[in-house]
Amino acid sequence: MAKVLVVTSGKGGVGKTTSTAALGAALAQSGENVVVVDFDVGLRNLDLVMGAERRVVYDLINVVQGDAKLAQAVIRDKRLDTLSILPASQTRDKDALTEEGVARVMDELRAMFDWVICDSPAGIERGAVLAMRHADMAVIVTNPEVSSVRDSDRIIGLLDAKTVKAEKGETVSKHLLLARYDPARAARADMLTIEDVLDILSIPLLGVIPESREVLRASNIGAPVTLANPASAPARAYRDAARRLTGELLPMTVPADRAGLFGRLFGGRAA
Amino acid sequence: MTLFGLFTRRGSAPVARERLQVLLAHERAALDKIDLVAVLRDEILAVIGRHVSVDPDRVKVKMNRGRAVSTLEVDIEIPTSPRTLARPPGGAAVAT
Repeated sequence: MAKVLVVTSGKGGVGKTTSTAALGAALAQSGENVVVVDFDVGLRNLDLVMGAERRVVYDLINVVQGDAKLAQAVIRDKRLDTLSILPASQTRDKDALTEEGVARVMDELRAMFDWVICDSPAGIERGAVLAMRHADMAVIVTNPEVSSVRDSDRIIGLLDAKTVKAEKGETVSKHLLLARYDPARAARADMLTIEDVLDILSIPLLGVIPESREVLRASNIGAPVTLANPASAPARAYRDAARRLTGELLPMTVPADRAGLFGRLFGGRAA
Repeated sequence: MTLFGLFTRRGSAPVARERLQVLLAHERAALDKIDLVAVLRDEILAVIGRHVSVDPDRVKVKMNRGRAVSTLEVDIEIPTSPRTLARPPGGAAVAT
């Protein structure tokens, strides 16, 4: 039975696209058949982060409007044949997405893949609501920072009100992915701790992604961080999070990048 | 900052935590309230509308939450002219 997962946050720039790519690739590496869908119409970036930007011919809007078949728009990843991407349109706006069209495409994707991972646009408007509409589960990407936590709280409210599952009286299972976390700063009480964020949002923790220079490096070269540097701390954290999504129980750890000599001499701060 | 302050500086994270807890408690309550009033308004309108035709814009539902007592204020304008009553002529104008 296919699972539809939305990666959402409310606030922009917290790591939705990075997390969509990394979780999608990690699930695909474990043998699951995965498609990542970019819902950020007009500001598509998932293709760029995944290194598929030059292979885009048709997009989600073309499929929703019936101008292209799904098979024509879905791009198979060059590194992993279990990973595919359905890009968003760069030229159209989100009003080109219709409720019925999106429902039809989601049904078709469910039939083709084990996992359909929807990368939500920022905000709480129509685009974000359409991205979460058909979700069975949600990953809420949050940074340990006040505005991100506040927006995550709003998004959690929307997941309980505006999804198909919510309207049927069921619940979308919600999972917190705490990104850009710096354990050293949290230990000095300069940053909200994991416990602080969990207390405030009261949803279960899927994983903690440490702040790391490897995330920017991966997007520079156009590869999910789990593929760009599998041994790096964020890659290990995303892999653990992906395994938890499939129901595995793993102890919660915050992986750390190994500091070089320079890093060790100067306190080993990542990024 | 004084030299003493430099050594005793407390982290800012507890402040962030407390501010968020206060803010979100308010925002969650406010959102619930908006939803409740909207639901009440729709349902009241539906019940009244079964018997009398009412203009949806002439229905006001207000909720005030106080410390000890909360009040619900419902203000519905019902037109007096028989032409605007929902029941056709011959039937009871207002069913009981």
